[in-house]
Amino acid sequence: MDIVYNGEMDPRAFKEILGTQLQALAEEDPDVIYLDADLMSCIGTAKWAMTSSQGVNCGIAEANMAGVAAGLSASGFKPYIHSFGPFASRRCYDQVYLSAGYAGNPITVIGSDPGVCAAFNGGTHMPFEDMALYRAMPGSTVLDIADCNQLISVLRQVKDMDGVKYIRVGRKNCAKIYGDGADVPIGKGVTLREGKDAAVFATGIMIHEAFKAAEVLSKDGIEIAIIDMFTVKPLDGACVVKYAKETGAVVTAENHNKIGGLYSAVCDALAASEPVPVEYVAVEDVFGEVGPQDYLQKQFGLTAEHIVEKVRAAVARKK
Amino acid sequence: MDEKMKKDLQKLALQIRMGVVEEIKARGFGHLGGSLSVCDALAVLYGKEMRVDPKNPQWPERDKLVCSKGHAGPAVYSVLAVKGYFPYDDIKTLNQPGTDFPSHCDKKKTIGVDMTTGSLGQGTSLAAGMALGDRLKGRDSRVFVIVGDGESNEGQVWEAFMFAAAKKLSNYVVLLDNNKKQLDGYVSDVLDTGDLAAKMEAFGFDTQAVDGNDIEAMAAALERTKKGGDKPYAIVMDTVKGKGIADVEDTMANHSMNVTPEQCDKWLADLQKEWDALEG
Repeated sequence: MDIVYNGEMDPRAFKEILGTQLQALAEEDPDVIYLDADLMSCIGTAKWAMTSSQGVNCGIAEANMAGVAAGLSASGFKPYIHSFGPFASRRCYDQVYLSAGYAGNPITVIGSDPGVCAAFNGGTHMPFEDMALYRAMPGSTVLDIADCNQLISVLRQVKDMDGVKYIRVGRKNCAKIYGDGADVPIGKGVTLREGKDAAVFATGIMIHEAFKAAEVLSKDGIEIAIIDMFTVKPLDGACVVKYAKETGAVVTAENHNKIGGLYSAVCDALAASEPVPVEYVAVEDVFGEVGPQDYLQKQFGLTAEHIVEKVRAAVARKK
Repeated sequence: MDEKMKKDLQKLALQIRMGVVEEIKARGFGHLGGSLSVCDALAVLYGKEMRVDPKNPQWPERDKLVCSKGHAGPAVYSVLAVKGYFPYDDIKTLNQPGTDFPSHCDKKKTIGVDMTTGSLGQGTSLAAGMALGDRLKGRDSRVFVIVGDGESNEGQVWEAFMFAAAKKLSNYVVLLDNNKKQLDGYVSDVLDTGDLAAKMEAFGFDTQAVDGNDIEAMAAALERTKKGGDKPYAIVMDTVKGKGIADVEDTMANHSMNVTPEQCDKWLADLQKEWDALEG
């Protein structure tokens, strides 16, 4: 795996990748179809999708959009649907669950602006529970994206996969982690940094924070492994157990409620086979609010400092 | 419509009703009222209107049926059984453990069922996606979607209807089963849907209001939906919940009913007499 992380931001924004890649996939495969609920302009797809038969603007009607996508799937298409995270999860959950999942009509759901990335749209637009919802859907795949090249790889992989695939991804720029053309296989944790004292399993924006935490901890002689667990379901349990055995202390870090997301998934895996001290960096069980993302990260405990604190706590709990 | 076709479709409608009774007799309870109200529509669809092949149920070019009021599954299973999609007696396993014939339609279980439904409202969007899919694939198939009047309480129904009209899905045909009752009572008492034909018209549908339990009227209305154009079609069917079995029609709470084998045998005998009379 080509890991190029050096703390610098990728000049490309996620929304540019969504815009160009969905178009590229549609051009390559006539069965790809992209549906949106009046947010094409927010992810850079409007230019081609508003005039292409492979783009369907469903208007502000997410429940119908999910059902139409499932119907298109039954007709032989490979639908991708998009809205902001809460509207791509809570708002149309029953329709995705039954019309797509239960009925056996595979679709991909893209929920943009996960957690605090909703920033100035505020609490109504801030999904801290979307992974919990989608994890509870039988046969689903749940992906929390950290990097543009990872997103390119993932968008391609989900195209022909069965079941409901949920991709949560920001719209703005992110720290660059993977090299151009990287193949990031769904279902596998990716080791970004080795370390013997604790393992930090992180997703999305928290990977950048984990690297910053690693620098601070390293100065105190604590070396952490950082693993990108972008596939929150199905979780790479073997990877979790391996690092739990090797380090004896685990910390999870996610831009999501502590209930039902990465922390829950990792604890499930460890409880069954390798119980070690586990600490979490995640949103306490509260609703979102409005503000700049850096303020919100501090407000909800999603910073490098919080990871440092939780790593120390986990290490201290080692027997 | 010639007399023979009319009689044949009337006989098919009776066979569908008999099948519904057989299914529900075997289990002892089931969704009788809303299954019986759509039997005449199903007879015209599968007996005349739809381009289907029971030997090739996945044929992409076929016309499709989405029974969005999924609890009318017993009626759908019955017409599929009569048409030979699977052995007739299979339908008598309705709601038995491990059955392929659950209360609500399931395309993964039942041969010939085109879409899974049951959570009310969802079939309307699924059918819109299927109609759009057929159009994009260059297939001249039509998608018929049976929607309940009570089901029209669901907001998703109106999202889907708005979508079908906006996207000019003239291969999308709504059969609105206006049987006047939902689980808790009359639609007008629970949540009055008002004038459904006027609503469909206002939503941009080519709309007809007909007696949905009249074979000839239904056949004529469906004939009109073949003409293409740039509007989806709606047939608001004036129907009776429980139609065709007086005891069920006369029962106020006939959405789901408990039945005895003796009751069912009497109803089957009565339906058979009607069938014999048509056979002449």
